[in-house]
Amino acid sequence: MLESSIQFILAGLTSGAIYALVGLGFTIIYNASHVINFAQGEFIVIGGMSTVALMAAGLPLPVAIMLATLVTMAVGMALAKFAIQPARDADVVALIIITIGASIFLRGIVQLVFGKDIHSLPHFSGETPLNLMGATLMPQSLWVMGVAAALILVMAWFFNATLAGKAMLATAYNALAARLMGVDTKWVLLSAFALSALLGAVGGIVVTPITFVSYESGIMLGLKGFSAAVLGGLGNGVGAVAGGLILGIVESMSAGYISSAYKDAIAFVIILVVLVARPNGLFGKKGIDRV
Amino acid sequence: MSAFLQRHRGLLILAACIALLPLGVRNDYHYDVLINAGLNAIVVVGLNLLIGYAGQISLGHAAFFGLGAYASAILTTTYGWHSLTAMGAGMAGVGVLAYVVARPILRLKGHYLAMATLGIGVIISIVLNTEAQITGGPDGMSAEPFSVFGFAFQTEKSWYWLVGGCLLASVWLATNLINSPIGRALRALHGAEVGARVVGIDTTHYKVLIFVISAMFASFAGSLFAHHTPTVTPSILGFIKSVEFVVMAVFGGMASVMGSVVGAFIMTLLPNVLASIEDFEPIILGAIMMGTMIFMPKGLVPTIAKKLRRKEAP
Amino acid sequence: MSLLKVTNLTKSFGGVSAIRDLSFTIEPGTIHSIIGPNGAGKTTLFNLITGVYTPSSGSVRFADREIGGVEPHKLAALGMNRTFQNLQIFHNMSAVENVMVGAHLHLQKGLLHSLLRLPSLARSEVETRKHCWELMDFVGLSQYRDAEASAMSYGALKRLEIARALAAKPKLLLLDEPAAGLNDTETREVDEVIKRIAAQGITVVLVEHDMKMVMGISDHILVLDYGAKLAEGTPAEIRSNPDVIAAYLGNVG
Ligand SMILES: Nc1ncnc2c1ncn2[C@@H]1O[C@H](COP(=O)(O)OP(=O)(O)O)[C@@H](O)[C@H]1O
Ligand SMILES: [Mg+2]
Repeated sequence: MLESSIQFILAGLTSGAIYALVGLGFTIIYNASHVINFAQGEFIVIGGMSTVALMAAGLPLPVAIMLATLVTMAVGMALAKFAIQPARDADVVALIIITIGASIFLRGIVQLVFGKDIHSLPHFSGETPLNLMGATLMPQSLWVMGVAAALILVMAWFFNATLAGKAMLATAYNALAARLMGVDTKWVLLSAFALSALLGAVGGIVVTPITFVSYESGIMLGLKGFSAAVLGGLGNGVGAVAGGLILGIVESMSAGYISSAYKDAIAFVIILVVLVARPNGLFGKKGIDRV
Repeated sequence: MSAFLQRHRGLLILAACIALLPLGVRNDYHYDVLINAGLNAIVVVGLNLLIGYAGQISLGHAAFFGLGAYASAILTTTYGWHSLTAMGAGMAGVGVLAYVVARPILRLKGHYLAMATLGIGVIISIVLNTEAQITGGPDGMSAEPFSVFGFAFQTEKSWYWLVGGCLLASVWLATNLINSPIGRALRALHGAEVGARVVGIDTTHYKVLIFVISAMFASFAGSLFAHHTPTVTPSILGFIKSVEFVVMAVFGGMASVMGSVVGAFIMTLLPNVLASIEDFEPIILGAIMMGTMIFMPKGLVPTIAKKLRRKEAP
Repeated sequence: MSLLKVTNLTKSFGGVSAIRDLSFTIEPGTIHSIIGPNGAGKTTLFNLITGVYTPSSGSVRFADREIGGVEPHKLAALGMNRTFQNLQIFHNMSAVENVMVGAHLHLQKGLLHSLLRLPSLARSEVETRKHCWELMDFVGLSQYRDAEASAMSYGALKRLEIARALAAKPKLLLLDEPAAGLNDTETREVDEVIKRIAAQGITVVLVEHDMKMVMGISDHILVLDYGAKLAEGTPAEIRSNPDVIAAYLGNVG
């Protein structure tokens, strides 16, 4: 009983770590632009797929990872520059359609370039399972959790300790004031997309050996990341990370103890319950209409 | 009478289009595409009442479409109900379900509401996918033929006129609703929610009401779809399908009944047109979605209508 | 009997009290002004009275009913209505439709009637539109009868909100800075409109910075400072109140 719980928690933390990264990506873009980027899941796919392709072309894994990450960041910035920036004044629903359009567009490109097959990567440190208090753990899971934790810490440092990070936060808080203080909000938008593409790509790369990647895998991962961000309270980075981990654990627990067919449904039921009880997410502040 | 003409100008144009379109139809496949476009249009006319007029997003409406379809399929085959009774039961059930979920979730705003509706759609779709003894699971199931007062709709041509008539009725009902005190209340709560409440509008009541009505529009179209399509499968009620409905509404024009119809037709026809260049279909579709929203964020019909009006005025 | 009775009302936003321990009454049929510097809490007080905010403590009674925390639309049905300092216009509708929304409480709202546009509804719609046009004339917006709200000027929209509130046939009408941002002619027109509203027996509560207007039309004035009552009385009493002169009116001739 205890072993199986540990097993499920470990599995949940692994997928939760990815949801947290995607959720954090949503949050960074949301803060910079109040856009919900439904193409977030495609960053994962592009990261994973390009690594697969670059390795197939004979590059060693570390180089392939670096290049794939750069490619994904470039895609993210292009998206910001050509699709989001020209529509800055459009209303929320229009922006949602743009990013959904972008995700369909990117999915189409991925399908054209890499085909419809499911791909995988070799495990970074072999496939000998580790034993942890009676539960087994693939070394790749440690990679996923470790890399996610490291990225999250770097992001925390970036937003709290660097000038560039603070400028981005200031824009989130009050774009007009930030602009008046000399912050280049266009630059903030580009950086936000680059950063969240980076999170998506790296997350996608480390998880590909476990979950595999196909041109379609971005849809569900994008939804889960969005759920994580909303669960924690939109715009709240810590909330997104917590939301992602909670989501991952809830899912793997329900798959283990209740029904694997219903694991996604149970996750969404819990999100609904949370939202009904706390309309601005677990860590979101209560808003009040000012008139 | 002239007031009627003015209010329903779009309805008359639509009626003319429906009457004339068969002249260009070469085969049953053409009819099939048009019928599906019409069914989508009925859903989108209802959905636009919610999104465009009342300003409340839903990323889960395909679930109501799917529930209507499954209600008709299950009730007419497994239980041998008459197709009209099954359709009515489906709409009533969907209405009750929509009412129950709407009360708590419509307190949410913006992206949170998007998340909640998306979640409800996903949950419903998983349930229908999983409960295979009842729904046939991923393989789906089919419904008995649709019949009204002893007349069974078998040919594509008869379906075309049936769906055309239903679409006209939907447009007429929606236009009436928008131009009534209820419609003004919906638009008001979209325009300035606090202002609406203070002049006496129970905004929660109207949000719930329009959510339920739009869900029932979807259920109605879903029932027809079930009878027309060879098999009802869970793919018709997934997240992607919900997004497609929203895209049709926004692409054609928010807060525009005719925009809903135009959006639904173009977005239904487009994949069929692009089918010949299959590999490029998603790329072109995505590019069109982005391009429209960037260059005409109000959607197709309102943007063109504005251009025309400007030309008319000196 | 007072129409509105506020007792020990307090509202705080995360530790900061915007209204503190405020008590006053409003008699029916009067024009009652509330003045005070920016940030004194006048708009917050309106929001508390009209149900937009819930009081932190204290009581608000309207027509002898406790209304603290009651939803705005229910208060509107009881006969309370208002305009907004920062406008709450329905920009997605035409001017006359904005006013027609104000009449919502008194209209037939059956779903079947609306979907089918039954003759009784069609008739009532025509009458409502006519009545709302008259209200627009009443507040001086005749030229905007066929305008879209989004095409109107700020000053016109302020008056459109008055027409919208009147369409609800209120007993108590609260106006939040109706003359702010208007030029002298427009201000005089609004002044005139308020007098005519009061003459119809509607009780008016007015928040306004234009002292000439306030002193000229008010029966009673309440002075707020930092959310609390500084003084209360007739215009003459307020003008000669030493606290008010010291704190606020000192430089008003
Ligand atoms: N929703 C709110 N949240 C936080 N503070 C508020 C809110 N509404 C008003 N306040 C504060 O209450 C005080 C009074 O504001 P207000 O009522 O608008 O003053 P006035 O209308 O007299 O200028 C101000 O300090 C304002 O910042
Ligand atoms: Mg104020």
